[in-house]
Amino acid sequence: MKIVNLIKIAYRSLSKNKFRVFLTMLGIIIGVASVITMLAIGEGSKQNIQTSISSLGTNSITVYAGSMNMGGVRMGAGSYSTLTEKDADIIRARCEYVNAVSPVVLKGSQIIAGSQNWHTIVYGGTSDYFAIRNLAIASGNIFSTSDQRNAAKVCVLGQTVATNLFGEGKDPVGSFVRINSIPFRVIGLLEKKGQNTFGQDQDDVIVAPFSTVQKRMLSTIYLNSILASAKSEADIENAKDQITELVRMQHKLAIKDEDDFTVRSQADIANVFGSISKVLTMLLASIASISLLVGGIGIMNIMFVSVTERTREIGIRMAVGAKGRDVLIQFMIEAIFISFIGGMIGILLGISVAGLIAKFGGWPVVITMFSILLSFIFSAAVGLFFGWYPAHKASNLNPIDALRYE
Amino acid sequence: MENRNALISVKELAKVYKTGDFEVHALDNVTLDIDKGAFVAVMGPSGSGKSTFMNILGCLDSPTTGEYYLEGMNVLKLNKNELAELRNGKIGFIFQSFNILPRTSALENVELPLLYNSRVNARDRRQKAIEALSSVGLGDRIHNLPNQLSGGQQQRVAIARALVNNPLIIMADEPTGNLDTRSSYEIMNIFQALNDKGITILMVTHEPDIAQFAQTNIMFRDGQIVSNEKVQDRKMAQEELQKLPVIKRENILT
Ligand SMILES: Nc1ncnc2c1ncn2[C@@H]1O[C@H](COP(=O)(O)OP(=O)(O)OP(=O)(O)O)[C@@H](O)[C@H]1O
Ligand SMILES: [Mg+2]
Repeated sequence: MKIVNLIKIAYRSLSKNKFRVFLTMLGIIIGVASVITMLAIGEGSKQNIQTSISSLGTNSITVYAGSMNMGGVRMGAGSYSTLTEKDADIIRARCEYVNAVSPVVLKGSQIIAGSQNWHTIVYGGTSDYFAIRNLAIASGNIFSTSDQRNAAKVCVLGQTVATNLFGEGKDPVGSFVRINSIPFRVIGLLEKKGQNTFGQDQDDVIVAPFSTVQKRMLSTIYLNSILASAKSEADIENAKDQITELVRMQHKLAIKDEDDFTVRSQADIANVFGSISKVLTMLLASIASISLLVGGIGIMNIMFVSVTERTREIGIRMAVGAKGRDVLIQFMIEAIFISFIGGMIGILLGISVAGLIAKFGGWPVVITMFSILLSFIFSAAVGLFFGWYPAHKASNLNPIDALRYE
Repeated sequence: MENRNALISVKELAKVYKTGDFEVHALDNVTLDIDKGAFVAVMGPSGSGKSTFMNILGCLDSPTTGEYYLEGMNVLKLNKNELAELRNGKIGFIFQSFNILPRTSALENVELPLLYNSRVNARDRRQKAIEALSSVGLGDRIHNLPNQLSGGQQQRVAIARALVNNPLIIMADEPTGNLDTRSSYEIMNIFQALNDKGITILMVTHEPDIAQFAQTNIMFRDGQIVSNEKVQDRKMAQEELQKLPVIKRENILT
């Protein structure tokens, strides 16, 4: 039997049953596209969480005012007035596992430069703040210890703030801005960091000396939090313990008293989000497998529905001289065609949908070869099997039984 | 070997269907020779085994016991692929229910046997299919789909398909069973013309009227042949068609 003839036969059969072909393909397309999209979202968030967490500084430790039991963290850092600069000082002086410490205060402020104005958060920290938060300078400088001592009216701008006040690409260093009506000199510009996992723009910040913000803007002695950086990853746990000891001592807490502050390392947060992203990926993967299953059932369904019709067709073909092998090859060609084209369309659709989600939904997506292969192979296997199965069954029948099949 | 002139020779052919504990002897030791060039009509009451007999001779089904020689070849020794080649090249089978592929043009339906015959190339295939369709009077309907054809026309497509590989023998199981008188006579006309060219024809029919177009009539009863007689005053389709009322012809042929 000439394979050209069988291809011709398969081609004729496909073109005569466009609707059935379309429905079968649809199952494959949906299965493949949804798996690729789901896994792309899952993988994207996972990678995004990892990079934004490590960009926060992997060794950093934060002391929040208020304890977990008091609901302090839930209510937002700084809702409790328990931390003071003395706490930061004692950590810096006595904790042997940290190499950098910065008290942190913050205030939402109105910033004006010329005719432009912008609302953002002004963080007050020491020069160590930049190192601990992994903030790099794109232009200019960070503030000096004397700026800090003098509560100098200087500040460092994030890219978003600079763009909104001075325009795209302009270097603001040396200009003046008014923060809540107080004039500040811009001495530095931060490098772009982009969005973090929660969709927050990390470039929408201003950093000023701790003393300036605390005294000139907040007039308080309390802190929102204290940031510290452990000397190495191995020191993180020891550092947390020691910081807890030191702050308890400083706060003169008795043994039975609960902590009035909370110590968290970046690793703790990373672990929480790591497990969240694992759950998310699992969830998406299970939705994806359901889509694959539904796609597979769709293919199965349409194939089984057409078995009667196709068995009669096979009977006719055998009655005019088709061999079992001819019928099998014809059906395989059809199934391969459907699976292949359907799989291709599904891949393209999946990639486009993932792209659209990234573009309009602002979700990070990462398409992996694994997801493409997994969905393609599964759908193709379902398509091939259910395409081949009726042919295999019918080609073993007597022609007359195939003709009479109901 | 058996009768040297016989195209088909069957000996003690039997077919038993088992349904549960119950056995149906659809064919009960049938022995028969059919000569080359014969035109045989098989008659008999419903359930007497005519279709069973035809399906076995047409290599669509196999007997429970017995022997079957086609051109002296022991058919029951052949494997599935060799049987497929026989059905493709030597036998043209026509069914009561036409059994042509739906949504497939007359031309493509007739080309089908040639597609399974690797000795025929694409150009010959088309040529032969058109010739076969013309010979059954459908030269102007080759691109019609089955649902655009009348029952008689669909049956003629099936006949063209049976003819296209130049078979030795045409087997037809109630080919006129679903057709009116005129269409039936037209089919008989085609069969008689083919028979004149030397093609052997074996046909099952319920209508004594149609059986009269054959040369011999075989009677089945309870899976056995009870008579095998030459047809007296055989009808010629050409003449019978002339006798039909003229109005009817126009209604049907357009
Ligand atoms: N697949 C089958 N399974 C069981 N019994 C069968 C099968 N096919 C046919 N039979 C039985 O075999 C017998 C002969 O059937 P067959 O179809 O050959 O009759 P027939 O002469 O062609 O009848 P009709 O004129 O009605 O077409 C019947 O009794 C029928 O019930
Ligand atoms: Mg019958």
